[in-house]
Amino acid sequence: MTDNAAQGSTACNLLGLSRTDYNGAKSTLCNGCGHNSIANVIIGAAYDLSLDPTRIAKFSGIGCSSKSPTYFLGRSHSINGLHGRMPSLATGATTVNRELVAIGVSGDGDTGSIGFGQFKHLLRRNVDMVYIIENNGVYGLTKGQLSATADLGQKLKHAGVNELPPLDFCLEAIIAGCGFVARSFAGDPKQLQELIKAAFSHRGTAVLNVISPCVSFNNGEGSTKSYSWGKEHDLPLHEIDFLPMEHDEILADYDPGTIREVALHDGSVIRLKKTDREYDPTDRMAAIKLLEEERSGGMFTTGLLYVDEGRQTFADHERLVPGSLVNLPNEKLRPSKEALDKINGKYR
Amino acid sequence: MSVAVSNALSPAVAGAGRGGGVNDFSITVATVNGSGSQTANNTLLRAIHRMGAPVSGKNIFPSNIQGLPTWFTIRVNRDGFLARCDETQILVAMNKATILEDIQKLQPGGICLYPGEEELPNRRDDVTFYPMPVNEVVQQSGAETRLKPYVANMAYVGTLAYLLGIDLKEIEAALAHNLNGKEKAIALNLGAAKAAYEWAGEHLAKTDPFRIERMDKTDGTFLITGNSGAALGAVFGGVQFVGWYPITPATSLVDSLKEYLRELRCDADGKATYSIVQTEDELAAIGMVIGAGWAGARSMTSTSGPGLSLMAEFAGYAYFAEIPAVIWDVQRMGPATGLPTRVAQGDVLPAYTLGHGDGRHVCLIPASVAECFEFGGTALDLAERLQTLVIVLSDLDLGTNLWPTPPFEYPDKPIDRGKVLTAEDLTRLEGKWQRYADVDGDGIGYRTLPGTNHPAAGYFTRGTGHNEAAAYSERPEEWSANLARLARKHDHARSIVPAPVIELAGEAEVGIISYGSNDLAVQEARVSLEAAGVPTSYLRVRALPLEQRLADFLGNHERVYVVENNLEGQMHQLVQLHDPAGAGRVVSIAKCDGLPLTARWISASILDQEAKEKA
Repeated sequence: MTDNAAQGSTACNLLGLSRTDYNGAKSTLCNGCGHNSIANVIIGAAYDLSLDPTRIAKFSGIGCSSKSPTYFLGRSHSINGLHGRMPSLATGATTVNRELVAIGVSGDGDTGSIGFGQFKHLLRRNVDMVYIIENNGVYGLTKGQLSATADLGQKLKHAGVNELPPLDFCLEAIIAGCGFVARSFAGDPKQLQELIKAAFSHRGTAVLNVISPCVSFNNGEGSTKSYSWGKEHDLPLHEIDFLPMEHDEILADYDPGTIREVALHDGSVIRLKKTDREYDPTDRMAAIKLLEEERSGGMFTTGLLYVDEGRQTFADHERLVPGSLVNLPNEKLRPSKEALDKINGKYR
Repeated sequence: MSVAVSNALSPAVAGAGRGGGVNDFSITVATVNGSGSQTANNTLLRAIHRMGAPVSGKNIFPSNIQGLPTWFTIRVNRDGFLARCDETQILVAMNKATILEDIQKLQPGGICLYPGEEELPNRRDDVTFYPMPVNEVVQQSGAETRLKPYVANMAYVGTLAYLLGIDLKEIEAALAHNLNGKEKAIALNLGAAKAAYEWAGEHLAKTDPFRIERMDKTDGTFLITGNSGAALGAVFGGVQFVGWYPITPATSLVDSLKEYLRELRCDADGKATYSIVQTEDELAAIGMVIGAGWAGARSMTSTSGPGLSLMAEFAGYAYFAEIPAVIWDVQRMGPATGLPTRVAQGDVLPAYTLGHGDGRHVCLIPASVAECFEFGGTALDLAERLQTLVIVLSDLDLGTNLWPTPPFEYPDKPIDRGKVLTAEDLTRLEGKWQRYADVDGDGIGYRTLPGTNHPAAGYFTRGTGHNEAAAYSERPEEWSANLARLARKHDHARSIVPAPVIELAGEAEVGIISYGSNDLAVQEARVSLEAAGVPTSYLRVRALPLEQRLADFLGNHERVYVVENNLEGQMHQLVQLHDPAGAGRVVSIAKCDGLPLTARWISASILDQEAKEKA
């Protein structure tokens, strides 16, 4: 799936960059791994949005998912940190450089077990970044252990039967105060790409819980993290279109009542075309109710589950000087000799 | 109320030159923690300092908020020997629970001040007892209930001021400083101190030799904690990001950072040129610091032993991924939770080797508040210059107690941001650069910062194996070449870290190596040792890795004692590793009881060893 559809094409985006300028190194993940599909979608989203790759910073922890930033946006800076500690790295980097466009990629082990504390605190702080969880319900790189999102009663070849209930990252994110929570499926690149584009335009943490099948250890019959299950059970809440800030489309073409629009802070718009399900993605309680109902229903609802553009980001709370701290000249960093003399005098 | 009867001075006090009387004695104030005695103790300390007599104070307190015994020791020494002293000549016995034990510890000829309304559990014949008007002062003051303990403490301030001849004007000035100029609080406390002073003048007949006389030995100096000095040093060193988690005794370093940064590093609109984040744990603290350091900010955290342990994985990561970061480790007694409010130097080996696999961290070891200030900036410079983690090993004694210091010196070198390539540099290089190539032969590569606007700027930072181009690699030759370059970088660090301070004593056979807050005790011990016929040279380590001068020092002495405040002689082991040829000459003098080392223990330990050598 890493093969780039637009490779060799001469098409350019608004920055004059071709899609290949957004490519990364060749993937070393397994053939058919959902993560490769997601990497490709990230490439497409960044290209379509004409994001400047030199302004993007990629963050990841440890695991198969966390390897994947190597495979997209090769021109961007990237930091592959420690297992479960990506949120703290991203918090530090984005606080001192607010001009960075930050994207983190994590897995269900990285986010749901070893890094669960940092994940929750990242959301509590509302650090401005896109946070993609490539959720396959299994530890792939250590060969097949159950993760915290494995299904109750699920049986894996070596790990045996899972007797604990799974964590739901979307529910956890909403409860932690996250202002952009979406669920998608690596097998539905069209929806995922629109969601990722919208996530880039959201201010604050945007969490995308993406079911990303592990073809080696958890793609079997009955697994809710498999391609076949995803395809059979995927229930989109809406058809989603992302309209970047320059959009000039007129809404009049649509029947009233069939479209819901959510404006993002930068002027871009998420356009949600209703299915037969009534759903208001700005209603937090409705989102929680939906997710709670799903726990027992064997459903797999995808789309934008919750959005709230009102929260301040972490960097906003910090009341920092305009621009980014990293661009301050040394003169701004060292107070004057007179200031030190005054301090020396104060203590005498 | 009875008036104290004096006992003859013991020869030990009169003639030994230790605790001899005028500007030379130690005071122990025994109180209950949570009783607000800190203001009273610091008032005494500052007032004595203002009278020009060298003085230091040490708070020996429990890990508890209220109700357990705490001792504050004040040492006055006209010659400037301000290390903790084993002997106490003056006891202020405010704590019933410990009074019996406290009196037993007094040196013969000493004095004991006690609340006059209380029964003394015993009277030693060789100690002078003075009652204090604690109840009277509290009642006269009219203080509201919650302030009564503070006022009660002022009774000992006033009584001691009378007995020692401390000028009330200096008490007033010290109170004004300690209470930040709050007039109502100053008036209440000063009123109580004065009442006790006057009462003592009417009721006590002074029969002891202990007095403060004005001197000029503290001119130009002031009292401040090492943690405050460190914070100020970091502020003037250009710190931009601080991630931290509360832990004794490192928290006050961040408290000071907050105070000074707010004062000195905000623009006219009150917007900050820095960010301080209280994190969910130490893992996140160091993670944020490393994230900010990677992004190009001068970043630090402060912690103590347990926090340092939690930071271990990230420490190894910063070493290998070559990201600047600074940890201030204000050491306390471990292992485990240990004695959280007591001092030790037990993190030397753990800090130097923090993390798994091979890797050595640059460590700086300040011995004074002035060095805390200096290293506050030096650590940030070295971290960015060397693109690595720098750990500063301070400790509870240095960090949280008040020490006299000369004024801080404005940094004479510009801020060093290390080897960073800008977009213009990359254009000039036609985009040809490799993150981990050793272009200059010092083991340090060039880095770019995220957001650098050049198509060739981006690179992949990872803790996994990588080659010079920062690409993932498991090739044995690339792995070993990378580690060899890191070792070269560590060697280069040797030549740029703060050099040891060496004092050679002529043809002395005996050398002493020590570091950190032991310095004053070592200096005092050297005087006693010389008087006992054992002149010593002294090398004070200020940084790891150790360097050539240390090997030379070993080579130039018959026996070298490594003096430190831990059980296993951690620096002793490093010295032996550093110079196997000289290892046989090195003897460990190590102790670990939760208290700062004393000169008497150091000199006695060395004399004991010397006697064995000669036997």
